[in-house]
Amino acid sequence: MYSFDMESPSTVADAAKALGQDEAQALGGGQTLIPTLKQRLASPSVLVSLAGIAEMKGVCTADDGSLAIGGGTTHATVAAEAGAYAALAALAGNIGDPAVRNRGTIGGSLANNDPSACYPSAALGSGATIVTNKREIAADDYFQGMFATALDEGEIITEVRFPVPEKASYMKFEQPASRFALVGVFVAKYADGVRVAVTGASEEGVYRWSEAEAALSANFSADAVPAAPSGDGMISDLHASGDYRAHLVGVMTKRAVAAAS
Amino acid sequence: MAEVTMTVNGKSVTKSVKGNTLMTDFLREELRLTGTHVGCDTSQCGACVIHVNGQAVKSCTMFAAEADGAEVATIEGQANADGSLSVIQAAFQEHHGLQCGFCTPGMVMSAAALLKENPKPTEAEVRDYLEGNICRCTGYHNIVKAIMAASGQDVSSIAAE
Ligand SMILES: Cc1cc2nc3c(=O)[nH]c(=O)nc-3n(C[C@H](O)[C@H](O)[C@H](O)COP(=O)(O)OP(=O)(O)OC[C@H]3O[C@@H](n4cnc5c(N)ncnc54)[C@H](O)[C@@H]3O)c2cc1C
Ligand code: FES
Ligand code: FES
Repeated sequence: MYSFDMESPSTVADAAKALGQDEAQALGGGQTLIPTLKQRLASPSVLVSLAGIAEMKGVCTADDGSLAIGGGTTHATVAAEAGAYAALAALAGNIGDPAVRNRGTIGGSLANNDPSACYPSAALGSGATIVTNKREIAADDYFQGMFATALDEGEIITEVRFPVPEKASYMKFEQPASRFALVGVFVAKYADGVRVAVTGASEEGVYRWSEAEAALSANFSADAVPAAPSGDGMISDLHASGDYRAHLVGVMTKRAVAAAS
Repeated sequence: MAEVTMTVNGKSVTKSVKGNTLMTDFLREELRLTGTHVGCDTSQCGACVIHVNGQAVKSCTMFAAEADGAEVATIEGQANADGSLSVIQAAFQEHHGLQCGFCTPGMVMSAAALLKENPKPTEAEVRDYLEGNICRCTGYHNIVKAIMAASGQDVSSIAAE
């Protein structure tokens, strides 16, 4: 690892100021960033730990009924406390392993936007709002391809707001070595329609499967799920071909619809 | 360099650390607590699991500076005050839950965290909780059996393999 200093502010305002320094980078749970630093793929001069910022932690129901989760909330806390949105709590409780869940945060996961990560599909599949220290970003505008997001340099995810659906489910076909999703599908049924978000499959990162959304909005049943998409533009690697991933998109969507509650 | 103060296995320690000092290096090199092992250094294997404020974490994927003010527990603090093995450690010995022993500190620390959260886990819950702890020797059966036994459950029907 290259050397750097560590700062541990206790407010979002101080963290934003610290992140204004040259080559400063935020540290959430470190479950992605620390391995990256070890590989010398990042060389910040200052790491700004967000772990001591109380206002960025916790789960609560907002006035409009949506579930608000602080950007620094760990996966373990979401699993334990997001009972009001059971599919989301279950997704968080199945990320990695217990030790990873005790450190990793929702803000870190969404900021990183790994193409195989779980949370991006929940945020996009729920039409969540990503709240930062500067503005509110709709999930539909937030995800911009593999590892790419609408965040500016130094911008901090302080909260994520999830509208709570009538029914939802996340189905993850796990890549057993990494524990990430080989393919994961998040299905959520709202009064005004169904959203289907797919992670792990596309070379463009998380995306909405619009054909399935239209079919399921008309008839919310596993039989209504359209034929699997084509394998063009799907990730192909040693774990699975693009065609196989495309096939899994269909299968996992059906399972998610069947399991939605 | 920054000064950090934390409680490790009940004793307060204060040291200067660099921003990039990992918790594993702090424990092993600074405090000479070499029971915490480094297997992969990439957060996959769990040999380095310790407790920070009561929660299991992978110490290879945490900086010492992040533990400032924390209550830290390592394998060295698991035995009883008189030096005899803890219930979990004794169960690992009794049920042959280890061969080379490399993964064992992490297994014991994960098991302790599990049993605190869930005092009577099912076999499936034990296996699920150990997802991030890899053992190259035992094939896991006896580790699971040891943890079930440590939780006070009858393990006579679990096959020894
Ligand atoms: C063994 C293992 C298994 C895993 N399995 C899964 C899995 O199954 N599914 C899954 O989805 N993920 C998985 N992960 C990834 C895990 O969820 C990470 O915790 C997560 O991706 C990153 O969150 P973090 O808080 O650790 O962020 P960090 O690693 O600290 O940071 C990641 C990036 O986000 C930035 N950042 C952090 N917090 C914020 C914030 N609040 N605002 C703005 N930027 C921020 C950092 O600067 C950095 O660029 C796994 C990780 C490991 C090690
Ligand atoms: S050494 Fe930390 S997980 Fe392997
Ligand atoms: S006993 Fe050898 S790695 Fe587990």
